[in-house]
Amino acid sequence: MTAQLTLGPVQYNWAADDWRDFYFKVADEAPVETVFVGEVICSKRAPLYDKYIPDIYERLTDAGKTVVFSTLSEVTTDIDRRQVKKVATSEGFLIEANDVSALYQMEKGPHYIGPLMNCYNEEALEVYAKGGATSICLNPEIPKSGIEALMKTAAPLNVDLEVQVYGRMSLALSARCYHARAHNRTKDSCLFVCDEDPDGMRLDTLEGDKFLTVNGIQTQSHSVLNLVECLDELQEIGVKKFRISPQSKGTFTAIDAFRDVLDGKLSPSEALKLMRDDSVDAPFSNGFYHQMPGYEWHDAVGN
Amino acid sequence: MTQFEKPELVCPAGTPASLRTAVDAGADAVYCGFKGPTNARNFSGLNFTKAELSESVKYAHDRDAIVLAAINSFPTAGRTDLWKNSVDDAVELGLDAVIIADIGMAQYVAREHPDQRLHLSVQAGASSPEAINYYVEQFGVKRVVLPRILTVAEIKRVHDAIDCEIEAFVFGNIGMMAEGRCSLTNYVTGVSTNMDGVCSPASHVEYEPDENENLTTRLGEFAIDCISCGETAGYPTICKGRYDTAIKKNYYAFEEPISLNLTRLLPDLIKAGVTALKIEGRQRSRAYIRSVVSSFREAIDAYAAGDEPDISQLIALTEGGKETEGAFKSKTWR
Repeated sequence: MTAQLTLGPVQYNWAADDWRDFYFKVADEAPVETVFVGEVICSKRAPLYDKYIPDIYERLTDAGKTVVFSTLSEVTTDIDRRQVKKVATSEGFLIEANDVSALYQMEKGPHYIGPLMNCYNEEALEVYAKGGATSICLNPEIPKSGIEALMKTAAPLNVDLEVQVYGRMSLALSARCYHARAHNRTKDSCLFVCDEDPDGMRLDTLEGDKFLTVNGIQTQSHSVLNLVECLDELQEIGVKKFRISPQSKGTFTAIDAFRDVLDGKLSPSEALKLMRDDSVDAPFSNGFYHQMPGYEWHDAVGN
Repeated sequence: MTQFEKPELVCPAGTPASLRTAVDAGADAVYCGFKGPTNARNFSGLNFTKAELSESVKYAHDRDAIVLAAINSFPTAGRTDLWKNSVDDAVELGLDAVIIADIGMAQYVAREHPDQRLHLSVQAGASSPEAINYYVEQFGVKRVVLPRILTVAEIKRVHDAIDCEIEAFVFGNIGMMAEGRCSLTNYVTGVSTNMDGVCSPASHVEYEPDENENLTTRLGEFAIDCISCGETAGYPTICKGRYDTAIKKNYYAFEEPISLNLTRLLPDLIKAGVTALKIEGRQRSRAYIRSVVSSFREAIDAYAAGDEPDISQLIALTEGGKETEGAFKSKTWR
């Protein structure tokens, strides 16, 4: 298998039409092999765009993309549970599990393990593989040495490892909605205020440093992960799937840039420049990969 | 109030001395970890060597208390041996249960030590009956420590839908993030809560006073709160700091620095099917342990005898002087 680009699920509450148009554009223009679709953050949002799923599924598959449906990450209420069951038991579709409850619901067939599940070590990987997982997207906090060690177990089991290489990182999940809280509401009475922030709500320190991003029950980094300079190394380790996590701005530029770097048409530093010119207003980071604080940026040698 | 079967009181022990203190104060069970990153309270000066744990188990067992080993962080690939050795040691020392968070380590216990009683740590973040049932069916988990995000009514529903015992936190520090799924500390310090067992490591915390004696607390490079003179504050963590957003300034974006205190809800929790009541705080002093454990012992015994317990002492001990019933009472918390 040559190196593949994958597109993670949209994690923000975009207007339903924008959401649909984004996936149409992915189908028509973006050189990604696999597209993950579905609500991973809040079960209340799913009905807002459910009606478009058949259309985008058809458009994406017609364009030759593999479509995988992602399940909810934090499962507490009965609505959450029903949502997971509905997705995880859809017959004939590929599923990405983002919570153990999805593993319980799923048939034992081939499936994906999402980055919001914990797969830190060889034993965990074996459990997932035994259950039918064929592809596992790692949590971005796992450093290079961990990816390398996991690959030694994954390869003989024929399990693909996927690594997020672009986009804000999920740092925490909660049962509480912090978007609602900022608006003096609760999760149940939120009136979907998260739709005001297509890239999440910025959280600054009291000293004015841009710090984190609130996306409903999820807390993300403010910085945007970018491992374009690590692609060669990751491929040497044996990683063949690279995940782009969508933002409202710069996603298509990033997809093209990563594709061109993988194809040897663009140098990582040229790619970085293109991406810096078209991105959400936040610095790039790659600290986790280098076993440093996640927000930090470690320059590639000789760059 | 009608009488009920007394739940197990599960108490924290950061050191052999606090283990003895907890047992003497009336704990039915104590939980503790080995030194190093294999448990979620990997602080310097805390936790047990194998020899210390061996003596401590004997001390507890001689007094009819049981001991649970928390091996509840997530080993990184390439260093699982340390976690496996800890499990082996716990089994060898006759620990009454091991508390596991990592799915791989759960498999290891089930495979290598099928007779060892296995508890699912709160760090596994199993928050739905389906998730819990997965661990029960796959690994023979006997008890789940529930995440601190469920209401009493939801705990009841979970209880009715699962095939194992429930242990619920009733007192102490509560983090706001789903347990086992938070890398905020790592984002700021390079030390991982999941992989290294430390949230907000003291080595990375700084307090910076200004001329008015306001105190900026910093984790790594980032200011996570500013405490004005006269304010009380708990231990600084990212999820209990104050921040600005475009629409709201200087507010606790995640949660206030409050402690969980469910003393008033004890009867409801027990009716909901909770087998064991858990107190947080392996990092706490012996004086604190003595006070909290004996107060809970009295409260449980009083409720069981049909009396109203005095909980004023417990309220005085809560972090920053503020207490909460957290998610347990109502879902408006969310």
